Amino acid sequence: MNINLKINGKTHSDDVEPRLLLIHYLREVVGLTGPHVGCETSLCGACTVECDGKAVKSCTMFAVQADGANVTTIEGLAVDGKLHAMQEAFWNEHGAQCGFCTPGMIMASKQILDRNPHPTDEEIRMGLEGNVCRCTGYQHIVNAVRAAAKAGA
Amino acid sequence: MATTIAKPELLVGKRLRRREDPRLITGTATYVDDIKMPGMLYAVIVRSPHAAASIKSMDVSKAAQHPGVAAVFTGKDTEKVGPVPCGSSLPGLRVPHHYILAPERVYFVGHPVAVVVATDRYVAKDAADLIEIDWDVRGAVADPEKAIADGAPPVHPQWPDNKAFTHHQEGGDVDKAFAEADVIVKQRITSQRLIPTAMETRGVVAEWRAADRQLNLYSSTQIPHLMRSLVAQMLGLEENRLRVVTPEVGGGFGSKLNVYAEEALMGFVAMKLGKPVKWIESRRENFLCTIHGRGHVDYYEVAAKKDGTITGIKLLIIQDLGAYHQLLTPAIPTLSVLMMPGLYKTANIRADIIGAFTNCVPTDAYRGAGRPEATHGIERMVDILAAELKMDPVEIRLKNFIQKEDFPFPTATGLTYDTGDYSLPLKKALGMVGYEKLRAEQAEKRKKGELMGIGISTYGEICAFGPSPATPAGGWESATVKIDPSGKVTVMTGCSPHGQGEETTFAQIAADELGIDIDDILVLHGDTAIVQYGIGTFGSRATAVGGTALYFALQDLKAKIKKFGAFLLESDDATLAGGVVTCNKTGASKTLQEIAGATYRAMKLPANTEPGLIATHFWEPTNFTFPFGAHIVVSDIDRETGGITIRRYIAVDDCGNILNPLIVDGQVHGGVAQGLGQALWEEAVYDESGQLVTGEMTDYVLPRAHMMPWIESDHTTTPTPVNPLGVKGVGEAGTIGCSPAMVNSVVDALSPLGVRHIDMPMTPEKIWRLVQGASSQEPVARMGERL
Repeated sequence: MNINLKINGKTHSDDVEPRLLLIHYLREVVGLTGPHVGCETSLCGACTVECDGKAVKSCTMFAVQADGANVTTIEGLAVDGKLHAMQEAFWNEHGAQCGFCTPGMIMASKQILDRNPHPTDEEIRMGLEGNVCRCTGYQHIVNAVRAAAKAGA
Repeated sequence: MATTIAKPELLVGKRLRRREDPRLITGTATYVDDIKMPGMLYAVIVRSPHAAASIKSMDVSKAAQHPGVAAVFTGKDTEKVGPVPCGSSLPGLRVPHHYILAPERVYFVGHPVAVVVATDRYVAKDAADLIEIDWDVRGAVADPEKAIADGAPPVHPQWPDNKAFTHHQEGGDVDKAFAEADVIVKQRITSQRLIPTAMETRGVVAEWRAADRQLNLYSSTQIPHLMRSLVAQMLGLEENRLRVVTPEVGGGFGSKLNVYAEEALMGFVAMKLGKPVKWIESRRENFLCTIHGRGHVDYYEVAAKKDGTITGIKLLIIQDLGAYHQLLTPAIPTLSVLMMPGLYKTANIRADIIGAFTNCVPTDAYRGAGRPEATHGIERMVDILAAELKMDPVEIRLKNFIQKEDFPFPTATGLTYDTGDYSLPLKKALGMVGYEKLRAEQAEKRKKGELMGIGISTYGEICAFGPSPATPAGGWESATVKIDPSGKVTVMTGCSPHGQGEETTFAQIAADELGIDIDDILVLHGDTAIVQYGIGTFGSRATAVGGTALYFALQDLKAKIKKFGAFLLESDDATLAGGVVTCNKTGASKTLQEIAGATYRAMKLPANTEPGLIATHFWEPTNFTFPFGAHIVVSDIDRETGGITIRRYIAVDDCGNILNPLIVDGQVHGGVAQGLGQALWEEAVYDESGQLVTGEMTDYVLPRAHMMPWIESDHTTTPTPVNPLGVKGVGEAGTIGCSPAMVNSVVDALSPLGVRHIDMPMTPEKIWRLVQGASSQEPVARMGERL
């Protein structure tokens, strides 16, 4: 099936198998390395990307379902080499250790602030419920989201 | 250009953000699955659905003929490869031959039996589904206590008692201690099987360059050099023809401190087919086939005097080994024995280990590796003893602590604790939490029937592995520092990190020692073709051992810089500071760039001096280090639901000197999350037939952001004399200190109901049953039984 979609501002047109998952399309066909496969079952959130402004888990979505969509991945957050405020906050607050969950975690964190620019700590934690980090214990991630909110991300 | 100017500010001890993060936060880091090569094939492994079975027949023809399939290999093809290595050598250890693909018989669910190699992962999976295997299913045993009972099905037919080894250790006069005790408390304590669950599963890319006789192996591992030595042996390849590259590693926690069948298998496939091949473990495979942690059933007895003085400890560990020995499987419970006295002075110990084979995936090192089990046991027993004697848990700890002036302290288990002041973090934690006030509040609440608990653990660790005679593979670590002609510095460390931030902390050490800007320093690791032989990152050793190797390499290099600078200045009295050598008499100076350039240009050389600026140091520690600390958990229990609310979590750690507080806090937080995971949620459950019931993230409950409490962390600082940096290690502290504090808190809350022990995980159902007075599914402890 032919799909046409925008990824990080760039138009892509590809012929894909109907069963191809969006995550595999992004990684294998488009050649991105940011979205990761952590569980294949939409439980860990390492594959989180934005699809038409909404955070989705790209491991449980077919590429064909993204036909016509506007997809943003972690690679699309920085503008002209300037990090997105959420990326900067993750760096400053040590929100990443091994870094594997980080792209998905940053995309989910951005979504939290997109929906609610001034979340409480509890709202941040509930917003991160779908993303697993095995390294940080989440505290520095919560700090990062809070810092990004303060910076007006 | 002149970046090596004098810089007064020292970086060690500063809360610096990490230098490895830009690639992580932009999604541009390269993990194994990001590696692509021209013509690369994709492997899918076919695994046993049974815990114990024989292969009656296997038909791979349909899979082999499937379009896009390059090859199918079975155990018959790979019989000569391997075996998967076990690195520990306990006396009398029974070591089953661990084929990389089972040729005839399988011993656990997930046991690999065939590999399908195809043009892409979807095609390989399609073809794998076409393999037909006729199984002769046998009786399995998944519980270590049942495995060593009479009549259990033998895991390996040649050893019908299912005992891989027994181990006995004794110190002091334990019989006398128990004979003369005023009180003896006994308890069975389990430390359940856990699934490490690094967010990146394992993965391997193998590339065979036949004309060069060169195998390149990209693997997500904690030990690239050991893997190189061991996989070369497994494949019968000369070690210098194997290059192991560890790209970005997405977490390990011990699960990647190993050499698995798949590394050799992918090497075999690449060499057979002459094409690069990639295998990426699925999460399901990760749960079934990557090592698990813990798996203890412990029987404790503690003897004490009326005043609370602990006089003796007996411990029987039944270790669930699983079906095989992975790299360190049998060694892990011996670490529990070493740490069984905890922070207490007890001179009399007796420990026995029975290593039990089960039809499960092997256990091995998982964050803490034997020490969380030991700490959990002793810290629970101290609380049980305190309850028996109606003493405060703080008082009994203070009474039994090894005192500051006792160090170096020889333990009953044969260790020498380096240094410590155990009351320091405890008192700090008590102050932070407001202990007296909380006890008063608890007393008020108890009058109203409310369940509130205060749990304390004071933990010690054995870290910085370690003196080589006490480790299976050598306990030293290596570092090379080279300075280019332009004065730029490259550090190469033998311990390859996977989230611990050594690219930052090691650059901090080098910047301070050389007196240069941190941006002039690059830290490399994880490629056996670039980095000198090293051991790896595990056991809270990277900074204490690897950082120390770096420190000494820097001293060697500084001596040469100073010598060369003085030579260039024609000075016999020169000083190196701030990256500049200055003649103390004339005030003339040479910068590091000038000196570096001159050492390579080599127009004139000092006597007996080689050109160039490079130093390598292999550092062998004389002892382990022994960090310590105190955790306090304040919890409230909901009588109606059994739910546990953590009101306060205090963690005061003493890891010696701190190089980067931001990173140390991160290590503590992450460690606590894994400790709480064990205490409250996580458990690898096998059913009677050996099926892993918690085989997906849906069923295996991992800590998530909304489940975690706010961790109030602080530190005390007691430097170790073992290394010149004074650092002890912090990677596992949070995990080791956590679980007993959490369980002690809930037991304290439920103690008015007569509860004296709860086994982990403390699920709401378990707590609800205890509150209701119904019998828990786990045997509720009968505490304080006197002999």
